[in-house]
Amino acid sequence: MTKTRLFDRNGWIAFLGVGLILIVGVPFLNILPSDSPAHLADYLVPLFGKYACYALLALALDLVWGYAGILSLGHGAFFALGGYAMGMYLMRQIGTRGVYQNPILPDFMVFLNWKELPWYWYGFDHFAFAALMIVLVPGVLAFVFGWLAFRSRVTGVYLSIITQALTYALWLAFFRNDMGFGGNNGMTDFKDLLGMPLQSGAMHRGLYIASVIALGLGFLVCRYVVTSKLGRLLLAVRDAQSRVRFLGYNVAHAQVFVFTLSAVLAGIAGALYVPQVGIINPSEFSPANSIEIAIWVAVGGRGTLVGAAIGAVAINFAKTYLTGSVPEAWLYFLGAIFILVTLVFPKGIVGLAGEWRGVHRRPPAENLADEKVAP
Amino acid sequence: MIRRLRPILVALVALTFAGPMAFAAADDAKLSASVQQLGADDFDAKIAAVGELAATPDPRVVKILKALEGGELYVAKDKKVVRAEPDGDSFTIFEPLGGEKIGTATSDDIDQIVVNNRVRGVIDAALGALNLFSGRRADRLAAALDLVKHPSAASVPALQKAMAAETDSEIRQDMTLALAGARLNSPDKKAQLDAIAELAGSTDPAIFNVLSALRDSPDLDPEVRKADEHAIGAISQRLQLVRIGMTLFEGLSLGSILLLAAIGLSITFGVMGVINMAHGEMIMLGAYATYVVQQIFVGYLPPGWLDVYLVASLPVAFLVTGALGIALERSVIRFLYARPLETLLATWGVSLILQQLVRTIFGAPNKAVANPSWMTGGFELIGGAFITYNRLAILVFCFVVLGVLGLVLKRTSFGLHMRAVTQNRDMAAAMGIPTARIDALTFGLGSGIAGMAGVALSQIGNVSPNLGTIYIVDSFMVVVFGGVGSLFGTLAGAMSLGIVNKLLEPVSGAVLGKVVVLIAIILFIQRRPRGLFALRGRAAEN
Repeated sequence: MTKTRLFDRNGWIAFLGVGLILIVGVPFLNILPSDSPAHLADYLVPLFGKYACYALLALALDLVWGYAGILSLGHGAFFALGGYAMGMYLMRQIGTRGVYQNPILPDFMVFLNWKELPWYWYGFDHFAFAALMIVLVPGVLAFVFGWLAFRSRVTGVYLSIITQALTYALWLAFFRNDMGFGGNNGMTDFKDLLGMPLQSGAMHRGLYIASVIALGLGFLVCRYVVTSKLGRLLLAVRDAQSRVRFLGYNVAHAQVFVFTLSAVLAGIAGALYVPQVGIINPSEFSPANSIEIAIWVAVGGRGTLVGAAIGAVAINFAKTYLTGSVPEAWLYFLGAIFILVTLVFPKGIVGLAGEWRGVHRRPPAENLADEKVAP
Repeated sequence: MIRRLRPILVALVALTFAGPMAFAAADDAKLSASVQQLGADDFDAKIAAVGELAATPDPRVVKILKALEGGELYVAKDKKVVRAEPDGDSFTIFEPLGGEKIGTATSDDIDQIVVNNRVRGVIDAALGALNLFSGRRADRLAAALDLVKHPSAASVPALQKAMAAETDSEIRQDMTLALAGARLNSPDKKAQLDAIAELAGSTDPAIFNVLSALRDSPDLDPEVRKADEHAIGAISQRLQLVRIGMTLFEGLSLGSILLLAAIGLSITFGVMGVINMAHGEMIMLGAYATYVVQQIFVGYLPPGWLDVYLVASLPVAFLVTGALGIALERSVIRFLYARPLETLLATWGVSLILQQLVRTIFGAPNKAVANPSWMTGGFELIGGAFITYNRLAILVFCFVVLGVLGLVLKRTSFGLHMRAVTQNRDMAAAMGIPTARIDALTFGLGSGIAGMAGVALSQIGNVSPNLGTIYIVDSFMVVVFGGVGSLFGTLAGAMSLGIVNKLLEPVSGAVLGKVVVLIAIILFIQRRPRGLFALRGRAAEN
C-alpha cells in the first residue's frame, strides 16, 4: 500500500479555507457595529464556540468508534473530567471575589464548613498545571481503563456497557458533596481566565477562536492517525480482530493508544467548553450524554471525521432550536433520529452526500456489518 | 422457670409491699383495705397500696387513683380514707369506692393525703398497667411493651395478676420480661440476680437498655454488676447476630429488586444478544400499567376490590409490554441483529420516545401507586428486626418469576425452540422452527417480564417517566456480572451485588458503596469477560 498523504491538494485548500472562514469570519461579523445587518449577535459567539467543542468531542468518538470499532459510552465522562479540571482552575481564580470572600477556599467548601483546601486542589491556581491535568486526568483514566479492558479482549457491546458503568459510577461520585468538587451544584460563578474577565466580548471571541483552532488541530491529529499505518491497523482490528492478532500485531496496544488519544481530545473539548457555558456540574457525566455523542457521529457519518463534526453541529443546532421553540418535541426528534439513522441511513450525512454526488468513494466505515461481537 | 418462681414471687411481693393486706380474700374487702392503706403516713406503704390497686381490674380503681393524684383523698378523724370535695369553707365527703355521700366536714376534721413525685410516677404506671386487663389485645400488648421499656416496681402485682389471666403467648412473654425488669430494682440481691438471669435470655433492645441502665446505677452490688455485665454481653452478641441477619435480608431484598429488573434483560440481552436500552422503559411502562389498573379499580369497582388490583396489574403489564416488545422487535430490532452496537443506539432512541410519550400522556410528576393493604406494614422479628411485607412480597415474587421462566425455558416447546434458535439459528431453521417468530416471541417474553417487574417496583419507588433510567445500568451490570445467557448467573449476580451493596453501605455510605461496587464489577469483567457463570461450548465461541 502506498503511503497516504494527510490531504491531497484540494483537501488542504478546503481545510484551510473553512478554518479561515470560521476563525476570521465569525469574530469579524461579531465586531461589526450592532446596527449593521451583517452583525452577529453577541450570544451567538459562545454558542458557536460550544458547537466547536462538541464537534471536537464527536471527532474524538469517531476516531475510536468509526475507525477502531470501539463504541465508548464514556466519552461524556472524559469530556466532563477535562471540564472539571478547567473548572477547578477557574474556581481558584475567583480568589476573594466569592460570596464568602475566602481567599483560599471556593465558596462551596466554605459552605460545607471545610477548613483547608483538599490536596487534590493544589496546583490548580496555575494555568499550566491545570492545562496539564486537562490532558492527564482523562488520558490516564482512559489508559488504565483501556489497558485493563483491551488486554482482556473486552470488546464490542461489553466494552460499551462497562464504559457506561464507568460513566455512571463517576456520575454518582461527583454528585457527592464529600468529593470536594462542588457536589450537586458543581462549579460556577467564574470570574476570569488567565487574568482577563470571562464575561467580555473579546474573551468570548478568544475562546471561540481557541475552540475552532483546537478543533482544527484535533482534526489534523486524527487525520494523521487514520492515514498512518496505525490507522490501517485500526481498521483491520475493527473488521477482523482475531485475524489481525494472528498476523502478529498487538491489537491491545493499538486500541489502548487510540482510546487514550481520543479521551485526551475529549478532555480538551470539555476544558474549552466550561468557560464558554460558565458552569460545570455532575449532569455532564450523565450516561445519556455519552450516548448522545454517539448519535452525533452516526448522523454525520462514522469513520469520516468530517462527518462527526458536521453531525455534532447539526444535532446541536437542532437541539438549540427545538428545546427553545417546541421543548416537548425534542426528545421525539432525537429518538426518531436514533432509530432512523441506524435503520435507514447508517452512513450518515457524509455518506448520503457522497452517494448523491455519485462520485462517492468507498468510505472506511463501509464494513460495519461483520463486526465481531460477543453473543 | 416462671411457673416455679411464681409462688416465691407472690410471697416476696406480698412481704415487701402489701404487708398484712395481701391475703385478703374477698375482692371488695381487699379493695377497700388497699384504699385504706393509701392513708398511711409512709410513702412506701402508699406505693404498695397503689400497686395492689393496679392489680385489680375494676373501674372504681381508676377513679380512686385519679382522685389520689388530684389531691381529693383525705383521712378523716376516724382514720377512714374518704374522698372530699371543697364546698365553700367546708367539704362534702364521699365514700371513696362507692361514691355515696357521707356528710360534710370542716378542714379541721380531715387531712389531705399527700403524694410526692415518686408516688405520682407509680400512680401513672398503675394507670397504665390497668390496660393490661383491657379487652382489646392491642391495648394489652402496648401496656406490656410499655412496662418492658419502663419497668416499675409498682406494676408487679398488676403484672402477676394479668399474667395469670393472659392467654396470648406473645403478650405473656412481654409480661414476663416486664416483671423481671421490675424486679431488677428490687432491694433484694437474690431477686435481682434471678431477674438478671431471666432477662439474659432475651433478645430485645429494650431489655438491653434496661440492663445497661442498671449497670450504670452507682451503688450496685458487685456480684449483681458482674451478672448484669455478663447478661449485657450475651444480649449484645445476639443483637449483633440479628443485625447481620437484617443486613443479609436487606441485601437479598435489594438483590431481588435488581433481579426483577434484570430478568427480562437476561432474556433479551443474555439469550438474544440484543442490547436493549429500552428495557428500563418496559419496566416503567409496567409501573404505569399498574397505575392505570389502580385508577380503573378506584373508579369503576367496589372499594373492597382494591386489594387485588395489584394482582390484576400483572397480566395487564405483561401483555402491554410484551406486545410492545414484539412490535419493537418486528419493526426495528430484527433489522439490526448483525449490528449489535447499532441496536444499542436504536433502542436508546426508542427509550427516549417512550419516556417522552409517557410524559406527554401522564405528565412529568410522579404518580401515586398505593400499596394494597396486604402489602402494607410488616412484622417484627426478634431483636427489633422489622420486615416489611412489600419487600417480602417482592422477594417471593422474584423467585416465582424466575422459577416460572426456568420452567418455560426447560419444559415447554417454546422454550425448546428458543434455546435451539439461540444455539444454532441455521440448524434450527432447517429443522422447521420458525426462527423469526421465535425471535419476536422471545423479545416479547423478555419485555413482558420487564413489565411485570415494573408492577413490583411501583410498590417501592416513585412511578415517573424516569423510572427506567434508574434501573438500566444496574440491570446490565447484573446480567454481565452474572454471565450472559445464564439465568442462574443472573440470580447469583443480582443477589451477590445486593448483599455486597448492603454490606458496604454502613461503612461507606449508600452512594459511595454503589460506586465501589460498580468499579469492582468493571475490574471483575476485565478478569472474567464472560461473567460469573459463563456459557461453555459452542454457544460461547461466536
